[in-house]
Amino acid sequence: MQRKLLLEHIDVPGIQTYDVYRSKGGYASVEKALKTMTPDAVTEEVKKSGLRGRGGAGFPTGMKWSFLAKPEGVPRYLVCNADESEPGTFKDRYLMEHIPHLLLEGMITASFALGAHTSYIYVRGEFFYIIRILEKAIAEAYKNGWLGKNIQGSGFDHDIYVHPGAGAYICGEETALLESLEGKRGNPRIKPPFPAVKGLYDCPTVVNNVETIAAVVPIVNNGGEAYAAIGIGKSTGTKLISASGHIKKPGVYEIELGVPVEEFIYSDAFCGGILNDKKLKAVVAGGSSVPILPAELILKTANGEPRLMTYESLADGGFATGTMLGSGGFIVMDESASIVHNLYTFTRFYHHESCGQCSPCREGTGWMEKILHKILDGHGSSTDIDLLWDIQRKIEGNTICPLGDAAAWPVASAIRHFRHEFEAYVNHPKQQHVVSYYDHCHNLATAEV
Amino acid sequence: MAKVTIDGIEIDVPDGTTILQAARMIGPEVAPPTMCYHSKLKTSGGYCRTCLVEVTKGSEKDPRPMPKLVASCRTNVMDGMVVTNGLSEKVQDARAGVVEFLLLNHPLDCPICDQAGECHLQDLSYEHGHYNTRTDFERRTFEKIDIGDTIQLHMTRCILCYRCVKVAEQITDGRVHGVINRGDASEISTYIKEAIDNDFSGNMIDVCPVGALTDKTFRFKSRVWFTKPVDAHRDCDKCSGKVVLWYKGDDVLRVTGRKDQWGEVEEFICNTCRFDKKKTSDWTIEGVREISRHSVISANKYKKLVKPKRLTINDIKALPE
Amino acid sequence: MSETETIKFSAETEALMKSIITRYPEGKHKSALLPLLHIAQADTDGWLSVPVMNRVAEILNIKPIEVYEVASFYSMFHLEPVGNCLIEVCRTSSCWLRGAYDIVQHIENRLGIKDGETTPDGKFSLRTVECLGSCGTAPMLQIGETYHENLTKEKVDALLEENKSRTTHSRYVDHTTFRTL
Ligand SMILES: Cc1cc2nc3c(=O)[nH]c(=O)nc-3n(C[C@H](O)[C@H](O)[C@H](O)COP(=O)(O)O)c2cc1C
Ligand code: SF4
Ligand code: FES
Ligand code: FES
Repeated sequence: MQRKLLLEHIDVPGIQTYDVYRSKGGYASVEKALKTMTPDAVTEEVKKSGLRGRGGAGFPTGMKWSFLAKPEGVPRYLVCNADESEPGTFKDRYLMEHIPHLLLEGMITASFALGAHTSYIYVRGEFFYIIRILEKAIAEAYKNGWLGKNIQGSGFDHDIYVHPGAGAYICGEETALLESLEGKRGNPRIKPPFPAVKGLYDCPTVVNNVETIAAVVPIVNNGGEAYAAIGIGKSTGTKLISASGHIKKPGVYEIELGVPVEEFIYSDAFCGGILNDKKLKAVVAGGSSVPILPAELILKTANGEPRLMTYESLADGGFATGTMLGSGGFIVMDESASIVHNLYTFTRFYHHESCGQCSPCREGTGWMEKILHKILDGHGSSTDIDLLWDIQRKIEGNTICPLGDAAAWPVASAIRHFRHEFEAYVNHPKQQHVVSYYDHCHNLATAEV
Repeated sequence: MAKVTIDGIEIDVPDGTTILQAARMIGPEVAPPTMCYHSKLKTSGGYCRTCLVEVTKGSEKDPRPMPKLVASCRTNVMDGMVVTNGLSEKVQDARAGVVEFLLLNHPLDCPICDQAGECHLQDLSYEHGHYNTRTDFERRTFEKIDIGDTIQLHMTRCILCYRCVKVAEQITDGRVHGVINRGDASEISTYIKEAIDNDFSGNMIDVCPVGALTDKTFRFKSRVWFTKPVDAHRDCDKCSGKVVLWYKGDDVLRVTGRKDQWGEVEEFICNTCRFDKKKTSDWTIEGVREISRHSVISANKYKKLVKPKRLTINDIKALPE
Repeated sequence: MSETETIKFSAETEALMKSIITRYPEGKHKSALLPLLHIAQADTDGWLSVPVMNRVAEILNIKPIEVYEVASFYSMFHLEPVGNCLIEVCRTSSCWLRGAYDIVQHIENRLGIKDGETTPDGKFSLRTVECLGSCGTAPMLQIGETYHENLTKEKVDALLEENKSRTTHSRYVDHTTFRTL
């Protein structure tokens, strides 16, 4: 079922502007929180809501907030993670572009709960046109008394600043993001200490995804219980799904958690079915980092139950037969897509984005890319497939930050579920006389394997 | 105080001790190998992943095992923690992987490398690596660069341990070199071909675990195992003046800081001591230096030195119940 | 080029930089490094030369190496000259699935250059880049600040035509991007 909580007013003309946003009940959560609630009461509502981080890891937001250290005399920070660089994910951009005040409203309310007087929105550098939109919205919010000193006479002060990244996926990892915000290379920090204790400028910091922060608005407005009533089990509320690939209607969809995957792919309310009515081959359900699943396993769990769009159902079966909801980047591949080549684009991505601090990720990602390239080039052998498997196994879990895992899982899952495609490349290399690299890649993209 | 058990051996250590430090207190038979950690450099460690260990019990309070292997150099002990290193098959497997990753782009030029014989990567590969190579891709290479007239940077051999950057940051004023680019294109560089010129720059050579930073005044003069290390000191207004002189015949071929059992410099020395004082008359000789770390340098020199025996899975399996 | 050489930015640019610095707490000026490098790159020649980076170091009162380390880490900072019009085409999964390679190949053929190259007249550079967060409107490319989505060969031709005679280099930011405090 489509359920609009964040995107309720997305179609209202002019909702980008303060006046229209306000006329649709915007900033009510700030009023409610600042005038009628204590900071802890806001956190309590977020806990009750069951909201889980929408940035990928799915960590319960209320719990994260309650871990925030509160030493006397030390500032605390809220940092919004708008780095959105996980391939397949474009929901935060959509939200910030079309309804920027929702994010600002959530930032103010969340900062009140956390006792943060300054917050930053870290936006990936490529999104400068989004930064322009946010800057304008922030100026409007200041002008109308929602930011600055003594917000709406409540005595609460808050400033929001936008900070641009400059092209580095790793800066989506929260400690790399903080390093980057401090003007350094985006090298993830070694944890502990966690940001809740030592974050931005060594001060206690909460890092939350754009969508997570936006969800605070309906939670405070309607109460945590009302939010928790939406969805199934521990997957409460709504989730923005970025749908792309071989589907009729790519785009961002807000769903009630619990929609069957099959409905999501085939219903006209969502993806609208496979492009050109071809057959579904595989889905990467939660952004490039999560395991790829073949059609039969994404539509149904290994037990034959319909797979639902929830944290639990997508993870059903573990990595053997399941995957993860991740950031909600839903990439669909039809029967013509080459799994091996798709994996190559992912692996090249992780190789390109590795920060280079730790040896397994720095060296392993490049190695895997080279092997995949060799296989695509028609020079691979079946020992290369085993080698790939072994390399990803030795990266996974052994690195400083989860980028190593994120690079390993797609490789493992592609081999686990589509080994026959790797073998086909190895045993019957069809494209041995390649003209140019792109010719080659193009042929491979459509070649029947 | 915290009680921690490493490979079956118990020890009490002060709170805030890392697993690595605790293991080193027990001794070389349980201490994990290290490449990027350096006891005299703050925030060092965590990068190379050679010191990964398995925590099979988190603490007395929370006995759950840790889900992933942890970098022992950057993880503090907890009371009641149980750690396995040599006894963990998982650790040995991961470590072999790390060795393979570190060697993936490392040149196999030991025969012409000045570090050979005292190279931590050689030791590590020997003890934890596999004999076969599973890659036939071209290795990453860089041009050799002279950074000043006494130090040569051969980036091709670098394993990006960050130690030299930390030396520049922590014991010199005015760091001019760092890590540029990212991922496997990362390199140690001044970016603008500037000479690294300060009184303590030579320590970068001593902390480099491989042959990426070498002493130009010693280059190709001798293999280290043909030289004889002697402890010596002098009155120096810049540093402690406590050094090791490396002799060949009557000539001092090079001067280095004194390294501890783990191959880590005990006290940093200044460039004057290192590069300008190469006459015996400059020094007060203390006596022959014992190189306790097992390596080629010590081979055939110290009869009493025995290679530390690492317990293996088979040793354990052979133990009576 | 001297290694300690610096340049001066225009008075407006330096004023904008000063204003950006005030977004961060006292003593945390280094935080402004990324936005300052963006502005510096846009307001000079579209790439970061050593004198430009040295000036940024001076303004922030940090060591030049701290700037070089950072500038070389992030893919949007160009450490070598790029063409007037820098075309960045996404090459990752969703775009690849929807024909990004056709687009790249088409541009290569039209401009007579390969991925990573600049046309001899310095007008165009072509780069393939990783996912730009526009996967639902794939294939796509970015020129300066602007995203061009749902690409077809015809759209690409129109873009090339449009940018042929541009006299200023494509930029990610200008002085109206940031709210001034
Ligand atoms: C390599 C990597 C990239 C990440 N990229 C993003 C990102 O682009 N956006 C995001 O919100 N979280 C990203 N995350 C997750 C963040 O580290 C962090 O968990 C998240 O911002 C927390 O917010 P949440 O609890 O609201 O989800 C990434 C994590 C990793 C390891
Ligand atoms: S896993 Fe990769 S990205 Fe993460 S710290 Fe290590 S090298 Fe950097
Ligand atoms: S020595 Fe611990 S990670 Fe390198
Ligand atoms: S894959 Fe091209 S924009 Fe995401």
